[in-house]
Amino acid sequence: MSYLVGEQLSGGYGNGPNILQACTIAVDQGEIAVIVGPNGAGKSTAMKALLGMLPLRAGTVTLAGQDITTLSPQARVAAGMAFVPQTENVFTGMTVEENLEMGAYLREDSFQTTLEQVFQLFPILKTKRHQLAGELSGGQRQQVAVGRALMTQPQVLMLDEPTAGVSPVVMDELFDRILEVRANGIAVLMVEQNARQALEIADKGYVLVMGENRYTDSGQALLADAEVRQAFLGG
Amino acid sequence: MDVLNALVLLANFVLVPALSYGAQLALGALGVTLIYSVLRFANFAQGETMAFGAMVAVLLTGVLQSVGISLGFLPTALLTLPLAIAATALLCLLTDKWVYQYYRTQRSRPITFVMASVGVMFIMNGLVRVILGPGDQYFSDGERFIMTVPDFRVWTGLEEGLALKTSQGLSIVLALLLMAWLFWFLQKTKTGKAMRAYADNENLALLSGIDPQRVVRITWILSATLATVAGVLYGLDKGYKPLSYFHLLLPVFAAVIVGGIGRPIGAVVGGFVIAFSEALITYAYKKFFMLLLPAEWAPESLMQFLSTEYKSAVSFMILVIVLLVRPTGIFKGKVI
Repeated sequence: MSYLVGEQLSGGYGNGPNILQACTIAVDQGEIAVIVGPNGAGKSTAMKALLGMLPLRAGTVTLAGQDITTLSPQARVAAGMAFVPQTENVFTGMTVEENLEMGAYLREDSFQTTLEQVFQLFPILKTKRHQLAGELSGGQRQQVAVGRALMTQPQVLMLDEPTAGVSPVVMDELFDRILEVRANGIAVLMVEQNARQALEIADKGYVLVMGENRYTDSGQALLADAEVRQAFLGG
Repeated sequence: MDVLNALVLLANFVLVPALSYGAQLALGALGVTLIYSVLRFANFAQGETMAFGAMVAVLLTGVLQSVGISLGFLPTALLTLPLAIAATALLCLLTDKWVYQYYRTQRSRPITFVMASVGVMFIMNGLVRVILGPGDQYFSDGERFIMTVPDFRVWTGLEEGLALKTSQGLSIVLALLLMAWLFWFLQKTKTGKAMRAYADNENLALLSGIDPQRVVRITWILSATLATVAGVLYGLDKGYKPLSYFHLLLPVFAAVIVGGIGRPIGAVVGGFVIAFSEALITYAYKKFFMLLLPAEWAPESLMQFLSTEYKSAVSFMILVIVLLVRPTGIFKGKVI
């Protein structure tokens, strides 16, 4: 059984229809899982469901074998899940260093070592540590956002379209960093628009359509699958 | 020598009063700006919160005086500050529990909060009126002046004098200390940073594990502290009048908007801008020019832009000009 598992998740907002239909997503430590699919397939919603931000009508979420289905998002963060939202994912009026400090808010121990690790991963943040996050470029902001999430020393890192709106060069750079994060034994779950590039670094890929699992396989296998390429990766 | 005399005259009637009034406004405005950034509404009850804090200080001062405790040349009211702050903070926390919390769980729009705060304002006003009565209260004791006009004349040999009332000196010193502490708190402590983070991006703050209830509680306590100190200092300076705190609301809001809504530094600067504008525009410059100009050029009129009754109009004018020309205020705050 994987480290984080969302099993047969169904749910939607308010009295609305189900956005997720018995959708299953799992990711293990030291692994990158990527959720891809057309617009409105419920990719981000699936991730929110894992984080407890979507009311579930069926299904269970387990973290390290523990049932966390009823935990609040905050409790899941405390339990070792970190989430980087797609937009508004930094404190714009605070310095880079303060952003990272806020990531470590729940920690009682010294977070200096983690701070150094984040600076090692994203050297640019060290040079800009006293600058306001709101004054940084899009790519640097994403680095702050990921860095903030890593400050909790999470077991699971969830990223909602981390490369949205950044240049291809920055995207490659960001994916490289995410590979480094995986090498540290963290479970990485991403929702990505840039499906092809994301699947290239993915251990596991989930193709969602209409809130259901359509294809699930390793990233390479999905890339090699003619049907998947035809329908979801633009040939 | 006449130039010096003219400057001393201006210092006595404009600089010192505006500094002390500006310090009081700045404290009130800081409270409004904190509530605005964290709870996201303009708190109309801030003026009455100041009145409530001042009321507790008035009552406790009476108690202390009756048992013969005083603070020497300083006003006894200073001794009552900790308790007055505690009582006001309690009132604010209870108000939040009974009124605002409901609207937060409903995720109401900011205007709903503002209207609720207007209701709270009337209730608090009534509460203070019931407890303290409708009359004016003078609770300032101790030495009235740090420096009197005759003292100054003897000391410098100038014709004009510069007086510094104890309440004015206290206003400036206490306000500066409190502001310095507040800025240190917001910039350097973990809790202060959490408050800023919550004000900056609520969802991300939640994702970082910041407890919103705690942030809200601390914000009310800070706002109540600022309101009480401002209210007591204003009361010591000008005497406690039930309606004067209600009238303070306009200059306090003007200060917040001039400085930039949600920006603490803006609230401070805005407070002084409003205070100096009021003082400079309503001061009669006749004597000032008589000292500076040759006798035959002496002005016949009072040389006053606006009479002192129109003090509030100054805040209004500044408010309108700022909203027209630079709605974000001096320090680029939020636009409502």
